Amino acid sequence: MVSGLINENPVIYERKQRQQRSTQSLPADEYTVEPIDQQEIFDILFFFFLNSIFLDIKDPEHPYSLEELKVITEEAVEVDDQKSYVRVTFTPTVEHCSMATIIGLCLRVKLLRSLPPRYKVDIRVAPGSHATEAAVNKQLNDKERVAAALENPNLVDMVDECLAPSFD
Amino acid sequence: MAETTQLTRHIESYVDSSSTPSHQVASLDAIVLLIKTNALTLEALVRELDMYLTSTDTLIRSRGILLLAEVLTRINSISLDSKTIHSLVGFFKERMADWKAVRGALVGCLALIRRKSVVGMVTGSDAKSITQSFLQHLQVQSLGLYDRKLCFELLDYLLEHHVDSIASLEEDLIFGICEAIDAEKDPECLMLAFHIVESLARLYPDPSGLLASFARDVFDLLEPYFPIHFTHQTSGDTHVQRDDLSRTLMSAFASTPVFEPFVIPLLLQKLSSSLHSAKIDSLQYLRVCSSKYGAERIAKYTGAIWSSLKDTLYTYLGEPDFSFTLAPTDGINFPKSEVVVEALSLLQQLIVQNSSQLVSLIIDDEDVNFITNSIASYEMYDTISVQEKKKLHAIGRILYISAKTSIPSCNAVFQSLFLRMMDKLGFSASNIDGLQNGGILASQSVNFGFLYLCIELLSGCRELVILSDEKRETYCTILHSSSAVLFNAFGSVLAVTADRCPSHPDIYIGVKGLQILAMFHLDVFPIPKSTFENILKKFMSIIIEDFGQTVLWNATLKALFHIGSFVQKFSESEKAMSYRSFVVDKIMEMLSLDDIALPFSLKVEALYDIGMTGMKNMLTILQAMEGAIFTNLSEVHSNLTSHETAVQLLECYSCKLLPWILKNGGAEEFVVQFAVDIWNQAGNCMDFNSPFEDKGLLDAMMKAMKVSVGCCSVESQNVTIQKAYSTLSSHTKFQLNDVGRLPLTSGKYDISPRDEGILLLFASVIIALRPKTHIPNIRGLLHLFIITLLKGVVPVAQALGSMLNKLTSKSNGAEKSDELTLEEALDIIFNTKIWFSSNNMLQIYNGSSNGSDIVLTDLCLGITNDRLLQSNAICGLSWIGKGLLLRGHEKIKDITMIFTECLISDRRKTSVPLVEGSLENTEKQKCDPLARKCATEAFHVLMSDAEDCLNRKFHATVRPLYKQRFFSSMMPIFLQLISRSDSLLSRSLLLRAFAHVMSDTPLIVILNEAKKLIPVLLDCLFMLTEDIQDKDILYGLLLVLSGMLTEKNGQEAVIENAHIIINGLIKLVDYPHKTLVRETAIQCLVALSELPHVRIYPLRTQVLQAIFKCLDDTKRSVRNEAVKCRQAWASIASSRSLRF
Repeated sequence: MVSGLINENPVIYERKQRQQRSTQSLPADEYTVEPIDQQEIFDILFFFFLNSIFLDIKDPEHPYSLEELKVITEEAVEVDDQKSYVRVTFTPTVEHCSMATIIGLCLRVKLLRSLPPRYKVDIRVAPGSHATEAAVNKQLNDKERVAAALENPNLVDMVDECLAPSFD
Repeated sequence: MAETTQLTRHIESYVDSSSTPSHQVASLDAIVLLIKTNALTLEALVRELDMYLTSTDTLIRSRGILLLAEVLTRINSISLDSKTIHSLVGFFKERMADWKAVRGALVGCLALIRRKSVVGMVTGSDAKSITQSFLQHLQVQSLGLYDRKLCFELLDYLLEHHVDSIASLEEDLIFGICEAIDAEKDPECLMLAFHIVESLARLYPDPSGLLASFARDVFDLLEPYFPIHFTHQTSGDTHVQRDDLSRTLMSAFASTPVFEPFVIPLLLQKLSSSLHSAKIDSLQYLRVCSSKYGAERIAKYTGAIWSSLKDTLYTYLGEPDFSFTLAPTDGINFPKSEVVVEALSLLQQLIVQNSSQLVSLIIDDEDVNFITNSIASYEMYDTISVQEKKKLHAIGRILYISAKTSIPSCNAVFQSLFLRMMDKLGFSASNIDGLQNGGILASQSVNFGFLYLCIELLSGCRELVILSDEKRETYCTILHSSSAVLFNAFGSVLAVTADRCPSHPDIYIGVKGLQILAMFHLDVFPIPKSTFENILKKFMSIIIEDFGQTVLWNATLKALFHIGSFVQKFSESEKAMSYRSFVVDKIMEMLSLDDIALPFSLKVEALYDIGMTGMKNMLTILQAMEGAIFTNLSEVHSNLTSHETAVQLLECYSCKLLPWILKNGGAEEFVVQFAVDIWNQAGNCMDFNSPFEDKGLLDAMMKAMKVSVGCCSVESQNVTIQKAYSTLSSHTKFQLNDVGRLPLTSGKYDISPRDEGILLLFASVIIALRPKTHIPNIRGLLHLFIITLLKGVVPVAQALGSMLNKLTSKSNGAEKSDELTLEEALDIIFNTKIWFSSNNMLQIYNGSSNGSDIVLTDLCLGITNDRLLQSNAICGLSWIGKGLLLRGHEKIKDITMIFTECLISDRRKTSVPLVEGSLENTEKQKCDPLARKCATEAFHVLMSDAEDCLNRKFHATVRPLYKQRFFSSMMPIFLQLISRSDSLLSRSLLLRAFAHVMSDTPLIVILNEAKKLIPVLLDCLFMLTEDIQDKDILYGLLLVLSGMLTEKNGQEAVIENAHIIINGLIKLVDYPHKTLVRETAIQCLVALSELPHVRIYPLRTQVLQAIFKCLDDTKRSVRNEAVKCRQAWASIASSRSLRF
């Protein structure tokens, strides 16, 4: 692992006011279907934002969550429930962020565990936000390589560590 | 001698470092006890300790000294002479130099100086010598945490209680304290350290004296701590909270004016930092420091503080909340922000302290001038740019604060800014008088910005007015002369025309403005009466005409309510008169007029809101309402709309007005009168067509009746029941006086709808009676009720249950002989023969008793073959049973036995002969589950909390823990019956009945029996999934199961039955008819994943497969739970084996 912070001085964005979904559905719509939508996917991935101690941002010097760092936004989630397709675009804070692949892997694993199996998941780095964009994209969406990565005990442990405290 | 050896042993045991802490404490206690009981003198102890205190072995020496110190700590209530104290002080003071034994020395010194004067106190010179020794020998920061804390405690105590003696130490003391505090990091020590600095400042208060020359050095030590920020989460071991520490530091900062040159710049600098807590702290510190340092010292910073305050407000003030939901009566509502609150209170503090300087700053401020100069251009809220909106909001708040803080500032702001704005808009002070009468502004375009600032100013000075006694101030004069202009301006915002409907903020501004104008106190600041009346007229015209604009209409109604309550609260008679004539009377007039277009539901709403302003208004309105209700009731049969109107009015009466009256007390005679009048009306209705043909109206009348009777006293209830009874006996065909003598004949009464209506109304009176109220002809009524309940009139059954619930029992001793006791009533109910004429009943049971009469309980068992009659009887009996159950009467056992008989009746039937005992009939009976289902419902009636009757509101006698008792008596019976039942049908009925019982029993009782209940409970769950109509009881039962899973008591039983529970839950996770069932089932599975792995691991695959499907559930909430559940179960084993 890299010692010290990769990005010493991150840009902080204001946390967006999240719209509360009207949670209580009436008994009349007991049988209406609520399709999986952008906000739901974002909520699933929300673990990143609740959990500011992520990977090497463990130093309290950086008490910011990934939402404040704008790594993922709600707009960056595209979802089509009919076609069972989801695409998440994330933006690493700096161009050379070596964390890009591990963040991407976490996103993918989280979605695989949380969505029904009919879904195809596509994880991408935002265009122009990373030095080796093409390589990262290819790596993240290569089934074989993802499977291989998850065979690696160290990687799995790290991913699990990121995902574990997401239920509070 | 024996004692001495004992003492030595104790000492040895304490000093010995190898003995356990509990041993040490025990021996310490023993020594203390010896001293306290005078078995040992302190001198003797010291002599005994001699070699320990002076030993060259550091370990023994330090323990020895500590022992002496601890003993001293514990005998602080035993008096010692001054000589002893002096020599002890000498000893401990000397020991401070011995760094290996320093703990003992510190504890000893602390114990000594903390002694109270009555038991011998340390003298001033001794205190000074301790301080000197402390300063000379101790290097505080090189000590351990606990020792440091002791040091700070010692210093703190010396500074608090021996000020005079140690003041002469001067420089040495300041240096010593600085040295001690320097770079301290522990929160608890810091609390003390900050306090020490505060005390130090008190010790040398002279602003040009000793401390002033060291202020820089002292403050350098404090500075790094600001703002207080905990890098680690506060865990259990420190009890100091951030806020406490911050407050202590604040008092240290504010302790002396000599810190001023350092503190204020630091705070200003930190105010501009991006850290949120730093901002809040800086504002707080600034406020406290400026009040402590005084106006003179702060004056030179005011400009700087003002500009950063302004910036803070620009950044942190959110969008104003233009809604009337909360309706605060002061100023405009902003989202709560701590920074803004602190900033505004700092501003207020500054204005209080130095009014003239601040006000001139505000008035000459370029932003304020910019806004006031360009005020003419802010016509519509939506056209103002974002940047300028922010400025407008911030300056609005600033004006609000400056208007409300002090009279001079208020005057100044009005004189300069308000008049300046008026000038800009073309009303110069000279032509104001000309504007008094004309609506010239109305013709101009509405100016939002101006009105916005006006509201802030007005509400500010309204608050000022409340507090001050000055009557004629400059601002009053200005306001007085311009009130007509303001009224016109606010009013014109609200003008609704065909081509223009006001936007949301405009409505807010208009309504709010008028409301504030109307709510000035008359005696302090007279808004002309005409203006007040104009405001009310304006509002009323909106109420009557603009009901299409929902937001405007609601806001206006709220405003009228606030004005009304204000007028009532401060008893402003003149205004109250106007209010009554312009609002209350108008509203009442509205009610009777049909020609105005205002929808009726809105009329009722307005009526209620205006009524809530005060008891007097409410009574007026109630009278009007009663009139309207009876007018409509009398027209009900000819006019369809008046029928609907009556229902709405009755609803409003029983749901809104009555509860309000009850809450505010009084007006009982009115409520009684109302109930009696309804009865009059009911009597009169008899002569015409019945108003009872429609269920809705009848329900509304019953509810109104129940609630009004329920809230009356016994005397009033007696009046009502007499009236009701006379109506019942005179206007119906029921022969109440004969009914008691003859056997009951079910066919005798063919109840007409009219009779039934009156009966139901009567039943609702009975339901609401208090236990002490006297019911006339109770025997006749009992008979009547029994017959009518057999016709399937449920409220009658409820009334019967209520009667039984409230009757006095014989054992309690009924005083009057004419009162029917409970036992007699029961005798009537269960032993009265019911006669069936053959043309009414298809089947007649020719029982063992003479002829063709049977009693109620036989009917329940289905001895006649009329199924409808049987279910009606069961339903009736269930309410009777509920009445008895609530008061804890024994008879309930017999009643429940009848129900259970019904449930298992297919087994019993074979042994009972039927009248025309053909096989055909028996078959028919076996197949007919309707009546038996009624018996399961009976258990629901028994256990659930009823809304309509038999609750606290209707004065039911409720025995504590009746549910628990019933459950424990029924559980063994049910368990036995269920295990024995051989037919599928009766088993499912039993399970259903038991499900009702379980789901309404308090969880705590269920938990005790969890082991036995779990298998049955799961059977119930499984059985209930079959019918869609059972989804609610299914959910109720599932909640019981989930309660077992989460409670500690249930855990053991759950572990044993983990397999079957999980299997049962898996079947429920895709229950299609109720989302909550699926959600709860999955939550239960999550709870189960906490069980010991050995038990649940074998089921892991099964659960995961079931949950996998739930990830694609139609409902979002279920999917969310499924994700959690999957995670929980997947991580049972090593997470690496998670499959995708």
